[in-house]
Amino acid sequence: MSTTRPGTVTDGPPPRTRPPGRRPVARGQGAVVCAVSLGGGAGAAARYGAGLLWPAPAGAFPWTTFLVNVVGCALIGVLLAVIGELAAPHRLLRPFLGTGVLGGFTTFSTYAVDVQRLTADGHVATALAYLAGTLLAALAAVWTAATATRAALLRRSVR
Amino acid sequence: MNWLLVVAGAMAGAPLRYLTDRAVQARHDSVFPWGTFAVNVMGSLILGILTAAAPSPLRLLLGTGLCGALTTYSTFSYETLTLAREGARGYAVANAALSVVCGLGAAFAGVALGRVLWG
Repeated sequence: MSTTRPGTVTDGPPPRTRPPGRRPVARGQGAVVCAVSLGGGAGAAARYGAGLLWPAPAGAFPWTTFLVNVVGCALIGVLLAVIGELAAPHRLLRPFLGTGVLGGFTTFSTYAVDVQRLTADGHVATALAYLAGTLLAALAAVWTAATATRAALLRRSVR
Repeated sequence: MNWLLVVAGAMAGAPLRYLTDRAVQARHDSVFPWGTFAVNVMGSLILGILTAAAPSPLRLLLGTGLCGALTTYSTFSYETLTLAREGARGYAVANAALSVVCGLGAAFAGVALGRVLWG
């Protein structure tokens, strides 16, 4: 990729400076990337375990993935409200627990493909209920959890 | 063994989501969470391709593990809530609607593509 601006004569070596916004996104991110990776592995293992414990029969409402996603949304609401109130949260706390564990625990791809499969198998009503139900329950969970946690923390700090 | 495949895939998928989000957000000066949107649509497409007929170990590694961790419902809903709270109600609705419509479209396209790929 050329780094010269249009209109400049290109008879010398290309300038060594990168244009802004083109720096490698991973630079200086080693510890954060490791925290996200470890957390993601743990979160996905928990999701996989839930699927083994409560397998969803074909054609039925996918309750396990539904609950995994709703619980994960409630937990991120609590987590980010708590971190927001901490004076000096550890810099790896949010990457590990939020981006990693809860990001790895919840899943959008399984949700989308489950809707596809239910529709393709002719369970259109279940597919629509799952489609709308997950979205509404997830948004309600994150809102309720974040609001309740913030209110509880505020009450504690006032006391 | 199955657990190892899932965890290994997720340990790649989660940082891939984090780095993709950073890369996308660095290029767009917008409040719209394009990074999470991109990984969710991408992951739905790949999982669709895999579920069509991929062999089981590949589904665990790349499907349950990688795609499961690459995509996220928690960050998606938190970002939607943040948009609504900060007064960008239109963006919040657009994020929810676009993510669901495009994610579903990607899943359907993925399954169709997978059928062609896996014969």
